[in-house]
Amino acid sequence: MRAALLIQRWYRQYVARLEMRRRCTWNIFQSIEYAGEQDQIKLYNFFAYLMDHYTPASSERNLISHIFRENDLMRDIEWERYFNYKNIEIPEDYCGPYLTFPLTSSTVTELVEAFRNKQQLHSRYVLQLLGETWKLLRLLPNINHVSTCHTKEITICGDLHGHLEDLLLVFYKNGLPSMETPYVFNGDYVDRGKNSIEILLILFAFLLLYPNDVHLNRGNHEDHIVNLRYGFTKEVLGKYRLHGKKILKLLQKIFSYLPLATVIDQKVLIVHGGISDTFDLKIIAKMDRHRFVSTLKPPKSRRIRHKSKLCDQEPDSEKAGAEDSGSSARSAPLGIRRTCSLISLTHSSSSEGVDRSLLQRRSLQSHDSVEDELQERRHQAGLGASPSRGDGQQSHCSDKDAELTEAVEADAEEWKQIVDLLWSDPMSTNGCMPNEVRGGGCYWGPDVTEEVLNRHNLQLLIRSHECKQEGYEFCHNRKVLTIFSASNYYEEGSNRGAYIRLGPDLVPHLIQYQATRTTRDQTLRQSVGRTERSALRALREQLFAHKSDLISAFQKYDPDNTGWISLKDWAVAMETVLQLALPWRVLRSQLVSSTQDGMLDFHSWFKELAIMEPNKDLAHTNVLETLYKHHSNLETIFRVIDTDNSGFISFEEFRQTWKLLSSHLKMEISDEAIVDLAHSIDFNHDGSIDINEFMEAFRLVDSTHHDMGNSLIGAPS
Amino acid sequence: MAEDKDNAEAILSVVHKKIGDAFDVFDHEFNKTVDVREIGTIIRSLGCFPSEAELHDIIAEVEEEEPMGYIRFEKFLPAMTLVLMERKFRPIPEDLLLQAFEVLDQHKKGHLEPEELTKYMTQEGEPFTLEEMEEMLSAALDPDKNVIFYKDFVGMMAIEDT
Repeated sequence: MRAALLIQRWYRQYVARLEMRRRCTWNIFQSIEYAGEQDQIKLYNFFAYLMDHYTPASSERNLISHIFRENDLMRDIEWERYFNYKNIEIPEDYCGPYLTFPLTSSTVTELVEAFRNKQQLHSRYVLQLLGETWKLLRLLPNINHVSTCHTKEITICGDLHGHLEDLLLVFYKNGLPSMETPYVFNGDYVDRGKNSIEILLILFAFLLLYPNDVHLNRGNHEDHIVNLRYGFTKEVLGKYRLHGKKILKLLQKIFSYLPLATVIDQKVLIVHGGISDTFDLKIIAKMDRHRFVSTLKPPKSRRIRHKSKLCDQEPDSEKAGAEDSGSSARSAPLGIRRTCSLISLTHSSSSEGVDRSLLQRRSLQSHDSVEDELQERRHQAGLGASPSRGDGQQSHCSDKDAELTEAVEADAEEWKQIVDLLWSDPMSTNGCMPNEVRGGGCYWGPDVTEEVLNRHNLQLLIRSHECKQEGYEFCHNRKVLTIFSASNYYEEGSNRGAYIRLGPDLVPHLIQYQATRTTRDQTLRQSVGRTERSALRALREQLFAHKSDLISAFQKYDPDNTGWISLKDWAVAMETVLQLALPWRVLRSQLVSSTQDGMLDFHSWFKELAIMEPNKDLAHTNVLETLYKHHSNLETIFRVIDTDNSGFISFEEFRQTWKLLSSHLKMEISDEAIVDLAHSIDFNHDGSIDINEFMEAFRLVDSTHHDMGNSLIGAPS
Repeated sequence: MAEDKDNAEAILSVVHKKIGDAFDVFDHEFNKTVDVREIGTIIRSLGCFPSEAELHDIIAEVEEEEPMGYIRFEKFLPAMTLVLMERKFRPIPEDLLLQAFEVLDQHKKGHLEPEELTKYMTQEGEPFTLEEMEEMLSAALDPDKNVIFYKDFVGMMAIEDT
């Protein structure tokens, strides 16, 4: 009937326009998120570069060297002593949950309830629970093998990112983990959300309670360096002021012991990120996964001891006993010789004795070759720039050096496998290429899925790592399923969460949900509008942060200094300066309210935009703008420098931080400007800077006029 | 004459840019391909009002010989340019839309019951899915009277036009 058809046509068009807006909004959030991830990796690589190229005495290096230092205490007994919870007393007025070990189902259920009621678990119990968890994790293999025998349906959850309400919702809808209700959790439990530690504690408790029915995979956020930037470190230190540092250190160890993958019925592979064309389950099964404390840096070398000795020339050298392989303790001067025997131990296939003198010679080689190897490893893992390795390097190698090279290559191979596992994303076209958007892992195509699944006799790959609007998404001919369990991830109403039920037929059934009732009841238009406003706000912050660069870029298109540029030039300038792959022309109508004949008066536009000003205590200067632009990096550096996790750094440390950052960004900032800034930030005038206060100063404050704000935001829903 | 040619080229370039921008929004891997399921959204966001059948025809035109699930920009651009230049799938004027609703409102009540609208939308023309129907009802239904005042509905949606 014609009338019906007309209405349908019209309505579908309307929905499509909404979808376009929603998709733009999504792109904004996602590109800011990924740019942040890239930033993080760049920062990390910068630290690594510093480590390699600065003299031992340089203060900058000292500030950050500790994140490269391998964990001091490695022997089990020493660990247990360090994490002794028994001395920690529970105060009388403590009204949080209690834990008794071994855990019982009622204890754990009460723990969940306590967290639902916003209580906090005392650090004594936290340390005790983490200690038990670590003991268990060490015994687990790299790959969990699970079966759906006895018609057990397995539930699989994706990223949770500290969203406790989502985990509780899943438990409510699906039941608590138990022998009848087995679960697989696919990584990224922490960062961004406010209850990362609570989620970890709940998952670990259930793991201890039902070790055969609860399986945890490692995600790329189970990584202490990533946590420095994305909020988990901050959350723990905030909630546990006294013991936070210990808790974080124990978690570092625990994260490195989390299994890397789960396989169901030999047919379904579950990993956090994905695969690559070189994916090999055998290599993954064999590696010592705990050597990869952070996937951003090369594995802890238990073999090439002398190498790290050169890199890290602290007079108080590491307790060289630090090998998990259980080899006996060794002191620095004997390091080289011990290394030889260690290599022959780990490469038992080549039973010829290693030429000690050759290795010694190698250790005396120039600093550069060691760096080159380190860089080469990083490069092979797909992180960082290509190595500056000269061909001279090759000439140093001889056949007898092969063992050492082999060790390095094996490390590089394993590193690449684990990075790909945790960071990769699927793409729709064939092939496999480095994932430059995130800065780590790769993009893999349907042909790679086909080949890898066939090679391993698998039929389905379940992964997470990417937020999806519906909480899940199939791709690659339904052979890859992305599952994401944190609803409202970017913003309230931005997306649903989902989980999978898998029975013996291995056909995935998907259940969706959304944590907040209000967002469920909103119409599509309202939720799109709301998310959109939030995204635009985030985008405007970026614009503000890049104001000077943008104005210079605009002026290039305005040689006569009229103050006007064409919209076309506007879009090009935006793209060049912001480096965010966004459809600027489509977004233009949301960002620019008044144009004349396709031309924009950019100075007034900025005035309009500057409805947002930072805290008025800090005068707006170029330094300020730069600080704002890089505040995430700045915060990361702060937390790295603040080794005792006190939340305070001294003036001198602040100055060093700033110098580090400006060197990373290849910028010049005068010492005077920094000192002035430091003084203006020292709000309590006590000679030290409170990191949190400092970051607070950068929260952009919505200034005065709401009307002006609304007119730029668009029609209210 | 030269001027006209310049003009035509300029217009063409603008059209190409518009199409490119809309396409880019859905090009997640920045390799000039989009999932075929998004083509409908892209075409409609460019101001066209095709029916589902017309949409399928366009998709058939721009698909690869062996449907891969994605559409390449090189094939999409010329087809879409033609659509825009020929002004196919014109927008529906408000009064025509109103008339369509009035046709459904057989007793001339000035409003429609949700059951009535649902029956037409899910059984006639190119039927809505359950989801589409629910979404339309949630937007169109007057919460107090529980009916659809279609005149207001049409008017309200029209404001949304940016």
